Amino acid sequence: MASLIGFNALIFGACSSLVIGFFSVINFRNPKKLDKKIIPLTFLQFIFVFVSFLGLIISFIASDFSNETVFNNSHTTKPLFYKISGTWGNHEGSLLLWLLVLTLFIFLFLLKSREQKLEYRLLTLLFQQIIIIGFFVFLLKTSSPFNYIYPIPDEGLGLNPILQDPALAIHPPVLYLGYVGTSIIFSSALSAMSLNYISKEWAKHIKVWVFTSWIFLTLGILLGSIWAYYELGWGGFWFWDPVENVSLMPWFALTTLIHCILVLEKRLLLKSWVIILSITTFTLSMSGTFLVRSGILNSVHTFANDPERGLFILIFLFSLIFLSLFIFFFFHNRETVYQNSFSLLSKETSILINNWFMMYFLSVVLVGTLYPIFLDVISSEKISVGPPFYHKLIVPFLIPFLLAMTIGPKLKWIKSGLSNKINLIIFFIISLSLSIFIVVNLEIKFLLNSILIAFIFYLFFISLSDLLVKRLNNLAQNMAHLGFSLFLLSIIFNSIFSNEVITNLKVGDTFQSEKFKIHFENLEQKKEKNFESFIGKFIIENTTGDTEIMMPELRIYNQPNIATSEAFIKTNIFTDKFMTMNLVQNKEYLNIRYQIKPFMLWIWLSILMIVSGGLISLFKK
Amino acid sequence: MKKRFYPIVFTFIFIIFFIVFYKSLKNSNIYTPRIGINKEIPSFNAKQLNERKEVYSKEFFKKDEFYLINIWSSWCIPCREEHIFLKNLSNEKNLKIVGLNYKDKIKNAKFFLEDLGDPYDIIFLDPNGIIAIEWGAYGVPESYLVKKNMIVKKIIGPLSESSVIEIKRLIK
Repeated sequence: MASLIGFNALIFGACSSLVIGFFSVINFRNPKKLDKKIIPLTFLQFIFVFVSFLGLIISFIASDFSNETVFNNSHTTKPLFYKISGTWGNHEGSLLLWLLVLTLFIFLFLLKSREQKLEYRLLTLLFQQIIIIGFFVFLLKTSSPFNYIYPIPDEGLGLNPILQDPALAIHPPVLYLGYVGTSIIFSSALSAMSLNYISKEWAKHIKVWVFTSWIFLTLGILLGSIWAYYELGWGGFWFWDPVENVSLMPWFALTTLIHCILVLEKRLLLKSWVIILSITTFTLSMSGTFLVRSGILNSVHTFANDPERGLFILIFLFSLIFLSLFIFFFFHNRETVYQNSFSLLSKETSILINNWFMMYFLSVVLVGTLYPIFLDVISSEKISVGPPFYHKLIVPFLIPFLLAMTIGPKLKWIKSGLSNKINLIIFFIISLSLSIFIVVNLEIKFLLNSILIAFIFYLFFISLSDLLVKRLNNLAQNMAHLGFSLFLLSIIFNSIFSNEVITNLKVGDTFQSEKFKIHFENLEQKKEKNFESFIGKFIIENTTGDTEIMMPELRIYNQPNIATSEAFIKTNIFTDKFMTMNLVQNKEYLNIRYQIKPFMLWIWLSILMIVSGGLISLFKK
Repeated sequence: MKKRFYPIVFTFIFIIFFIVFYKSLKNSNIYTPRIGINKEIPSFNAKQLNERKEVYSKEFFKKDEFYLINIWSSWCIPCREEHIFLKNLSNEKNLKIVGLNYKDKIKNAKFFLEDLGDPYDIIFLDPNGIIAIEWGAYGVPESYLVKKNMIVKKIIGPLSESSVIEIKRLIK
């Protein structure tokens, strides 16, 4: 029943899209009387999709297995929370969620843009409706969440156990808020360009959307990363997996866009940057969806390998790309530079420098992600691009990037000298000596490392001192930059000080290494609603005689029958202790992995700090 | 002229992207290992596990001997299972077993060998997995039988009784 309502609501939603499109075209010549019809209509569309989504959720809660999506992804023994999160834990449901956010955002956009020109709002709405219609057709034609199956099965197939996790339950919605937010930026930039409407006011108005999407995108990536850290059981948080990369690429573009939009707002410069980045960000988000969902990249995100779906997204994606290319080249007129020239030593220059570095990082990740696909098609050779590639290409270029990030905010618009030169130099000397001290003491050989650490410290000290001295002057930027330096510091120290032991143990065995002793005390068995759990008890004794108890867990899920390993993590301010155990086939011992990972918490906290910079910017008057 | 140039270039680039994506949609992304037999072995420099000396592959591999290159790692569980077969093969007089220690920590690797025994004549280190990529490895474990600088046979996954018999037959 709920499915039926959901399906019909979806069709009504699709129809309302056509009606809205029709009205916006009609009203375009005479836009005075628009508001009265259009806003309620978009609200209605949102309600339709909402009802449809609700219908799907109810089908999931009620375990209505006559619905194919529910049958494929749910099970009666699943806890209620995961029944609900299962709604978007699959291909069809996640697309419906995407559509829901799309309709919600365009409605909010219309509400929030009342003071903007009507033509502009109408055109944005039109572009957005093109995207929305694309998703409606996609949903209804190739991936309807409301397919009926008969005879009705008694039991569903269950949700992939590694997706049954609180962080992952909210990871897709948060990430989608970010992705879909970029669609608003995309439509708005295209319409503003076609109407020659790009101005300081426009920048000010679209800035809210840029920041909002950026915040959600960052949080979404963070959640995914935290999940990978404790669920995948490798103890890492970023693997440069293509699937992670496709979320990182729009992030690079969006972060660059944030900086450009600020310049545009203040100085009416970098128009082309803003437009191209707006297009790029959304295109990258869509390409990400395409790459992940079409099964070209294999991962937990690949829900179904159906080439028809892949083909649809591909055609849709490239139609959007060609549309935006056409609009860009047709309407774009070059900036009149002479009015707005700026000197070499100015805020504008430093932002431009950072833009180019960001684009470089973006291209590295793009090449690393796409090159294997290209090579496979062209020469059917399979390669995999791993962390060394990214590290080698990104790390050295962080140094000038960091320098621009440190000095840039100190400069003024248009033209400036450096004030407080002595301060800058003193801080630099402090950072350099601190870094040399660390590098020498730890016997890390690389010159690069010491320079890198020096520059990170430099950024850290300068942002910190600005934060303390200037107080509220430029709080948002200081917070974000300070967060970034903390983030890099945590990553570096995390990788330097990490310690790992991998061994096989039976109950009662003891493993002795230089630094600690691991004793496998016992193994307890428990039965839960939808899985059976084995909890090991390990006693770890370090050289000073302190003992610690670690209790990693193995879960054998019944539907589908999959074993997952739940890491046991002891987190405190400075280190994480991380232990997983895994089954070894046909052997009585278990494979134990014990890791000491310093500053893990700081990696998460520093990202939250960067996000808080965005939040402050968003709510600042 | 210049005004036309950029749109054409961009359109062209994106058309290429479209074609590549379209083709890769049809490709199966399940690895179908192309067995690189009768291919010349790649050259590489590598450090050793037990000695400090770096080895250059062109100097190391002699033309008149058989080598079994085995990619392994202490964290790789199938490697433990195939270890017994490597030990078996290490008794063969005209076969040198070359270990390539893949993305491993030296301490763990040594511990692994202490635990299970060391069948290798020499062990190269591949901490970043780069040498393994050059060999065309898909994962650990993998083994390559080499004669006259050519890969004669490639075994993906752990060695088994039947592959040991085949190797013994090939080196006769």
